Amino acid sequence: MKTLGDAWSWLTDSAHWAGDDGIWHRLTQHLVLTVVCLVLSCLIALPVALVLGHLGKGGALAVNISNVGRAVPTFAVLVLLLLTPLGTWGEGPTVVALVLFAVPPLLTNAYVGMRGVDRSVVQAARGMGMTGSQMLWRVELPLALPLVLSGVRIAAVQLVATATIAALAGGGGLGRIITAGFNLASTPQVVAGAILVAAFALLVEGAFEVAERFAPGWARGRGRTG
Amino acid sequence: MTAPPDDCLARNEWICGEYLSTRRQILLDAVVQHLQLTSLAVLIALVVAVPLAVLARRWGWAAGPVLALTTVLYTIPSLAMFSLLLPVYGLSASLVVAGLVLYSLTLLVRNILAGLRAVPEDTRQAARGMGYGPVRLLLTVELPLALPAAMAGLRIATVSAVSLVTIGAIVGFGGLGNLIYTGMNTYFKAQVLTASVLCVVIAVAADLLLLGVQRVLTPWERATRAVRP
Repeated sequence: MKTLGDAWSWLTDSAHWAGDDGIWHRLTQHLVLTVVCLVLSCLIALPVALVLGHLGKGGALAVNISNVGRAVPTFAVLVLLLLTPLGTWGEGPTVVALVLFAVPPLLTNAYVGMRGVDRSVVQAARGMGMTGSQMLWRVELPLALPLVLSGVRIAAVQLVATATIAALAGGGGLGRIITAGFNLASTPQVVAGAILVAAFALLVEGAFEVAERFAPGWARGRGRTG
Repeated sequence: MTAPPDDCLARNEWICGEYLSTRRQILLDAVVQHLQLTSLAVLIALVVAVPLAVLARRWGWAAGPVLALTTVLYTIPSLAMFSLLLPVYGLSASLVVAGLVLYSLTLLVRNILAGLRAVPEDTRQAARGMGYGPVRLLLTVELPLALPAAMAGLRIATVSAVSLVTIGAIVGFGGLGNLIYTGMNTYFKAQVLTASVLCVVIAVAADLLLLGVQRVLTPWERATRAVRP
């Protein structure tokens, strides 16, 4: 209990919120890092998954990439990239490692969503004379959207959690408060940092939960067939 | 002054046979620590998860809170989880194990519960009609039938735990993660690459081992698959 009290006084000390090592700065770094990586990984994973799902090819690939991704420690990838020439390029290694980490869930969910679209609906669309791209945009994607979005949600929450590891390799973000606490042998700061990181991750998860609840029906899958 | 040896260690190359032979003991110790942390955490998680899932299955109202709690725990970043447990366990291996247990719980409880729920009502009724009591029903009918789903969860939990152990390096108990961490600080390429590769090898080996265990434990799965056209 004493540690929690100390952590609380650390958190409420306004000196810890300002400046380059302050909480606000670290929070902004964390947020920017997460958003940039999420956008990049969506840009990479979603087109590939949608096209593969439309063509009905590469399912094993999508699933296997996802399994392999789980086995590779992000921390190891981060350090490996750091030691390559890429390491001199500021946040470069962190962004690459996080994007590699976020691509698998996006890819798998989007692919599974596309394949899960009722085949009879697709055949009806083909019967109506739709071209491949019309079918993709007007039929398959709207029906697959709930699963695609749930992939985005998983990726976003995991990115927030994993961006913390960047601090181990000297990167920015909220994890830095924890690693700095370890270097100073200051348990209150370590715990305070951990509380901040955990709260931030839960906040993002909660935000997605709320967004999902208030999203229009088509994004939630109310109109889903099958 | 003698000239420094001109081997791959001195040149700091990524792949280095010299490193493997000279640091064999360090690597071995790290692998052993990695395996111990992972297996201990997964075993404890399994021991906790099975009763939780069974309770959630038995009493429907318990399922919501159990799933919500384990999901919230899963959302907490690993670095934060290890740090939050710091006041409780101090800088120790139990800290890393406790963190990993909390992570594995989500995956295990979810999968075991899904497996239990998928047991057909007919089967349960039939067993009950044959005079099976609730305990015998659970042990000889429900749990075996839930095994494939539970094993799927166990495989995911184990593979994730192997890669999460590396974060334990922050408190000095990260198995191969320790080598990656020190290798990063000293710019020791061979050590970082070797430890990383070993991590992946352990994960893949553990996955294959569990797959084998699953095949041995569920012979009927293979039998029905062979009969189906």
